[in-house]
Amino acid sequence: MVNKEARLVENILDKSKLEMLATRVGYGKGLVQAGEKDDRVVVLCADLTESTNSHWFAEKFPERFIQVGVAEQNMALVASGMANYGKIPFISSYATFSPGRNNEQIRTNICINNVPVKIAGSHAGISVGPDGATHQALEDIALMRVIPRMVVIVPCDAIEAQKATFAAAFNGQPTYIRLGRAKSPVFTTQDTPFELGKAEIFRDGKDAVIIGCGMLLHNALVAAEELAGEGIDCAVINSHTIKPIDEKTIIEAAQKTGAVVSVEEHQVNGGLGSAVAEVLSKNYPVPQEFIGIQDRFGESGNPNELVEAFGMGVGSIKEAVKKAISRKK
Amino acid sequence: MSQYISDKKAEELEIKANEARELLIEMLTEAGSGHTAGSLGMADIFTAMYFHILNHDPKNPEQEDRDRLILSNGHITPIRYAVMAMAGYFPIEELKTLRKFGTRLQGHPEKDRLPGVETTSGPLGSGLGQAAGYAYAAKMDGKKFRTYCLMSDGEQDAGATWESAMFAGKYKLSNLTAIIDRNNIQIDGMTENIMPLENLHAKYEAFNWHVLEIDGNNIEAFVDAANEAAAIYEKPTVIIAHTIPGKGIKEIEFDYRWHGIPPGAGPEDIFKKSEQAQKFLAELRTLDGKIESEHQ
Repeated sequence: MVNKEARLVENILDKSKLEMLATRVGYGKGLVQAGEKDDRVVVLCADLTESTNSHWFAEKFPERFIQVGVAEQNMALVASGMANYGKIPFISSYATFSPGRNNEQIRTNICINNVPVKIAGSHAGISVGPDGATHQALEDIALMRVIPRMVVIVPCDAIEAQKATFAAAFNGQPTYIRLGRAKSPVFTTQDTPFELGKAEIFRDGKDAVIIGCGMLLHNALVAAEELAGEGIDCAVINSHTIKPIDEKTIIEAAQKTGAVVSVEEHQVNGGLGSAVAEVLSKNYPVPQEFIGIQDRFGESGNPNELVEAFGMGVGSIKEAVKKAISRKK
Repeated sequence: MSQYISDKKAEELEIKANEARELLIEMLTEAGSGHTAGSLGMADIFTAMYFHILNHDPKNPEQEDRDRLILSNGHITPIRYAVMAMAGYFPIEELKTLRKFGTRLQGHPEKDRLPGVETTSGPLGSGLGQAAGYAYAAKMDGKKFRTYCLMSDGEQDAGATWESAMFAGKYKLSNLTAIIDRNNIQIDGMTENIMPLENLHAKYEAFNWHVLEIDGNNIEAFVDAANEAAAIYEKPTVIIAHTIPGKGIKEIEFDYRWHGIPPGAGPEDIFKKSEQAQKFLAELRTLDGKIESEHQ
């Protein structure tokens, strides 16, 4: 059942009663909140100010907002220089371009250089929808996860995105925040615990555990509830920080349940599922099924139909849980 | 004659630059790898920087209001290391550790390893944007320090360089001076064969920069240009410094094959003479006929 300590919203399973907001909205709010707290916070944007919701910060702190034009490589470089000087820069764009196009600048000039630039990649995942494959970032978690020193966060809703943005401002490290374009259910609350590097148990269970990140976590919670009706007791863990990953929580969940399903809106190669598998294969190997994009590109469509068509809907998650359980020795 | 440096001081710096070249040949020979030509060509500018232009303190490399020297083309870092050692950042003997395991003197410079190195660099086309970030932040805070960015001409091929040039022009970063080592060579050949850069002067002007062109091996000319740059209020300035790659050693000058190899380690017979480093050192010591006997 739903973990009361997670302080999730009431009626969590009824999508029609939940507020719908994109995680990028939480990013915009978090930027303003961080900017109010500390005037070292600056925001750079590559000609996508409204799309990334950086415009609230730009309106409130125009002297700390820097428009760089369609130049993601330079955006990463300028931010590196500003962070080296002592600022706390956030760079905002679509994830396909940043950290996609400017990957080498992030590796060399932010991470080897070891300066605390915050990279916000919006429009990540298949749920970008009608824009199609070119704009649906499905590889960004993998790109960021393999770079030493980089922190990787994937918030599950707008409220968590705001908390993640604020926390990232003050963690002193290069940090990637992955954001979505589509409106998605807001199911956490201001009281839901959030700590970088600490996974949260959203639902307890003993037969299997779903470890997910991003907006698909809502599907995971619905799937777990439906499975309960079928007599399967399935836990759900929000692994919002993919790096450093919360090994302890993941290992304990694997020990308790003996079957894992990872859920993410990302290629199954190199994302959260891979990170979970790395932890478990070293410490406590159990059967794992991978919900995500199966080594292919996206296409145009509306977000919900794409999520279903690409095998990340509630039904697909339920099947994966049953399969993982059936593979237990 | 320069308005900004006395004849005597300029002569002192010329001698220092030559000492730096000698250290460079010794360190590259010891390391067995590294970039000779560009490093020799930039000895004069680095010497002028550390001994006349920069506001810096080798004993307090992190002082807040120091001028920032961003080296974009990190591969010529050996000459920077040599001049930094001479300026007192670390012992001269440490130069022998260049490129060796455990050294602070990495093959391409790393910020976190050696105090006084502002940025990690090497991958080309990345210095100007970082320098622009420093300059932008300094302007926000009303800081008076200057940011200098040393670039190669080869990295003018890189698109990111021009993204950064456009940015600095837009924001009128007058506290930024870029210096391009216009030595006309890059690793695969002569720049105008690999990817023509000219008219480089007109390109930067079109990006709203103030452009100066000088003989980059003439210390007086460089000091004058650096001072003029500081006086330009509305624009960033780029100094296109025409240098001779391999300057000081006739066998190397203008030969692009010396871009990325050390004395005695080249791919062709001519580069494999064991006595080559000694010969180069002898030639450097007799530059301008200062020690005629050693040449005989």
